[in-house]
Amino acid sequence: MSNAKILTSNPCWTTLEDVLALSESDFWQGIVENITYNDFRVLSLFCTPNETKFDIFCILGNDNTSLFKIFRHTLSSKKFQSHTETIPQIHLFEREIAEQFGITLDGAQWIKPVRFEQDFSLHVKKSSCGDMEYFQIDGDDIHEVGVGPVHAGIIEPGHFRFQCYGENVANLEISLGYQHRGIERAMIGAPYKQSLAQMEAVAGDTTIGHSLAHIQLLENMSNIKASQKAETIRALLLELERIANHVGDIGALAGDVGFITTASYCGKLRGDYLNLSAKITGSRFGRGGISFGGVGYDVDFTLASEITHEMEKLKPKTLGAINLFFRTPSVLERIENRGKLAYEDIINYGLTGMVAKSCSIQRDARKNYPFGYYNNISFDIATESSSDIFARAMLRKDEIIASFELANTMLIKIREMPNEKYHTAQKPKLPPNSLGVSIIEGWRGEIVHVAITDKNSKFSRYKIVDPSFKNWTALSLAMKNEQISDFPICNKSFNLSYCGFDL
Amino acid sequence: MFLILKERFRQGYNTSDFPLKEPILSDRFAGLPKIMGTCKDGCDICLELCPTDAIKKSGDAIDIDLGRCIFCDLCAKECPEHIIKFTSQYRLSSNNRNALFISKEVENIGFKLNKKIQKIFGRSLHLRQVSAGGCNACEADLNVLGTPTYDLNRFGINFTASPRHADGIIVTGPVSLNMKDALLETYNALSEPKIVIASGTCAISGGIFKNNDEVCCGLEDILPVDLYICGCPPHPYTALHAMLQLMGRI
Ligand code: SF4
Ligand code: SF4
Repeated sequence: MSNAKILTSNPCWTTLEDVLALSESDFWQGIVENITYNDFRVLSLFCTPNETKFDIFCILGNDNTSLFKIFRHTLSSKKFQSHTETIPQIHLFEREIAEQFGITLDGAQWIKPVRFEQDFSLHVKKSSCGDMEYFQIDGDDIHEVGVGPVHAGIIEPGHFRFQCYGENVANLEISLGYQHRGIERAMIGAPYKQSLAQMEAVAGDTTIGHSLAHIQLLENMSNIKASQKAETIRALLLELERIANHVGDIGALAGDVGFITTASYCGKLRGDYLNLSAKITGSRFGRGGISFGGVGYDVDFTLASEITHEMEKLKPKTLGAINLFFRTPSVLERIENRGKLAYEDIINYGLTGMVAKSCSIQRDARKNYPFGYYNNISFDIATESSSDIFARAMLRKDEIIASFELANTMLIKIREMPNEKYHTAQKPKLPPNSLGVSIIEGWRGEIVHVAITDKNSKFSRYKIVDPSFKNWTALSLAMKNEQISDFPICNKSFNLSYCGFDL
Repeated sequence: MFLILKERFRQGYNTSDFPLKEPILSDRFAGLPKIMGTCKDGCDICLELCPTDAIKKSGDAIDIDLGRCIFCDLCAKECPEHIIKFTSQYRLSSNNRNALFISKEVENIGFKLNKKIQKIFGRSLHLRQVSAGGCNACEADLNVLGTPTYDLNRFGINFTASPRHADGIIVTGPVSLNMKDALLETYNALSEPKIVIASGTCAISGGIFKNNDEVCCGLEDILPVDLYICGCPPHPYTALHAMLQLMGRI
């Protein structure tokens, strides 16, 4: 029987005292058992200094029962036994712990840097970004292709190394870190006045997702509840963010297969949805939209009606542009049965968000770990089954339609609610020596924020898991034995965040 | 083909009349700030709130550094004297870092046309974009300039795929240490004469990340900058206007 602390709601918090420190074997055994027999999976796994020692925390979640289990182990020396072979989904978490705290992993095969960051306690740069040994395949017919960090388009930097035989990719290694801004370390001692702005910029295209995860955590730990109207506006912003990005992605996919019609329309329409967010917050990305205790800007009856009206106008145009894409044989030829992922891989590597949903896996935090507005509604998670580029594109269409419906209901509710005023300068009052967890379903997938406070009620550790952290692995898997010329479109079908990974 | 034509009909004509007609922005858009009075004795509410220390106070007067400001609107919301107001003026760029300070006396951002740049790049400007720790909001809103709404190419401006084909670079992000070398390499790969554009608060001053130890303070002390575009992220029209201004087209 495991002695994990069980938490039942999202967001939630507990005092650290209540999370028993387990022995190394109990810690790992508990995790393995819960994953193997009880349908749990790893949401977050990280290390944090505890006076002179180090604590390892593992947050497990169960998609069906919405339960969280928190495991804790105090390291007696600066090393522990690697468990990636039994639990592949922790492979990056382990490497991250090694990189951030200089901890040795016994039995690990090849510990590579995750994002070439400085050691949390030493503050030294160990090597310059990208400077490491890459996986190489020997042989006469093998050649290597390196791409990046600076890419050809307007896109963030990252490095891709292909081992190819002819046109086919035998292995793709992805090396990131170029966007690393030291966000987690900058949260030590927080909340600071720049903290919320930094959360909004963890991944700029997911401003609402990350700021909501952060604010929800702060509010829960401070025992404050946002009003029903604020929660509805937040959810509306979250769905608008989802629609805008999905529409943009389908446009980008169309652009990559050379189908300019949909590319142009969707590019333009994406802007229209961003402008809807700007109607509410003044910013096209929803900056300042989520604030502690409420929202940055109220939505009154007139504005809600205006947005409803705009959306009604945009809907047929959006669906028209998207349907054109799916009705064009030359497009389908490029996206069907390409970049396929195996169901087992998705489960083993703990992949989330669109990657899981496009393989019939019902993995969506809005439903699995309902938060705020989503606690009070029932809706179905959209899924696709073929797990290829087509499925990931189609899933976006499904989600756009679903989000339209959700947003419409929200707007009706908002119209019926009285105007509210929010105080943006309110300060959180956090409990000392505690741990809080918060999850949001951003448009890419689940965003997990975990915070630990010290005895002065300041953060001593703030751990962020963007869906891209887990899902970059999916791109690598999907490229196996595909043609290298299909890389751009395959990459686009995931559209992962570089800065969300690099933090 | 019939379907494509039908769809084209539904979507209509989408390109804006900018710069002939002023764009319509959201009523809540926070652009150029206006400072309308003096502060109360000893009040430092806005200084305490401002995430990027963009506000300086001397005596009872304040000035705002638009190279640092992220237009979050917090200072205006909380100022007890209501002396700060963000207008919808989206033209927020200059070729002079010192012209980005707004106070009660200085109401507008100054811009002095550089004749040399106008002569060389006035009709065509090819830029290489480098993201150096940018959060992808700045990048996305530059990308959007290529969509039919803004249609950047009609002004002779283009984003190139290689620094070798470019007249200059447009940088976003606070310049993460991990990206610094690649940025400098890209810059060095440009042929002379070359220009540098800092797009977004991060690239100008480090923005919200300026105190993090994994980033530089934007392009400050790294590269000479020919054009500063303010905003977090800059509105696409802000960026478009800025580039046309640099080329002497507006
Ligand atoms: S609007 Fe600008 S000056 Fe005002 S608080 Fe925000 S960043 Fe500071
Ligand atoms: S200026 Fe703002 S939007 Fe641009 S990269 Fe920095 S944080 Fe992101």
